[in-house]
Amino acid sequence: MVLLGVLCIALPAAAVLRGGTFDPPRDAPDFVLRGSNGAALRMSDHRGKVVALGFGYTSCPDVCPTTLADLAKARRKLGAPADFQVIYVTVDPERDHAAVLRKYLGAFDASFLGATGNEDELAAVRKAYGITTSRVASALTYYVHHSSYVYLVDRDGKLRVMMPFGTSADDMAHDVKMLLAR
Amino acid sequence: MKKIAPAILLLAAAAVGWAALLPLPSDSREALYVIPKGTWSRRMAGENLDILPQELRLVLGVRDILVLRNDDEVPQVFGPVLVMPGQSFTMPFRQASTYQFACSLHVSGQLSVVVRPAPAAGWERLRFRLAGMGSRMAWL
Repeated sequence: MVLLGVLCIALPAAAVLRGGTFDPPRDAPDFVLRGSNGAALRMSDHRGKVVALGFGYTSCPDVCPTTLADLAKARRKLGAPADFQVIYVTVDPERDHAAVLRKYLGAFDASFLGATGNEDELAAVRKAYGITTSRVASALTYYVHHSSYVYLVDRDGKLRVMMPFGTSADDMAHDVKMLLAR
Repeated sequence: MKKIAPAILLLAAAAVGWAALLPLPSDSREALYVIPKGTWSRRMAGENLDILPQELRLVLGVRDILVLRNDDEVPQVFGPVLVMPGQSFTMPFRQASTYQFACSLHVSGQLSVVVRPAPAAGWERLRFRLAGMGSRMAWL
């Protein structure tokens, strides 16, 4: 009885993912785009890693810098594991060429990869992941309103978690750590 | 009669105190929304369907897990995500706030999820319980 009591205290409650989860998980749709490192970026080439997949653009005034800063913080909290990869797909190919993406993402974390392509290629990827965008013109420039969540894809290439904008770096790190452990 | 009245008052006060202070039940914190089978076909036939409210209301600690299930035969952008046929999406909320999501099920293309804090012990919790006897939406 005492042993049982000790075990109950010692064993933590079953860990639960803190983001939104899919049941059953489905394969993350595959795609090939141009990577910010100059090479082709194929989603399925990252099997074996946990991938945080986000959509945004380098001229984004608020959502993207916040999300990327949180992802970088989460990665640092985990000790910068090599098997955790952040991939950010642009929703603004007109301005976000590979070199622009590389410089922008590198300011957050040198390991982050950007992806770009032509409008048709990117539209197909957005559709496959349920990402919506709309271009809004202002006097001097334009903005692209876009879905602001980040997906986590597990080592088997399954879409497992959706983290809405505002998810803390702690919660991001928690879910990434759980997926890395599986 | 003189002895019964105070007893009744005491019992009533105890009941009110109980309702105001007892923790709220949280056995099922899920708010389930389903796209029924045949939705896509009916829409293609021109029917104007109202599957999901424009605003979903949740309460932390009581009903704070949004569950979206797609029973239809085609993928749907349902609330914040693309949900495949036969798949469900479960989203726990931990912070009281208003969340805006894109949603193809609405003409506006937007869906709001309003998450309120758990009712505090006392008057708020009592109001919540009383609302639960009729429609809890009144409190929400």
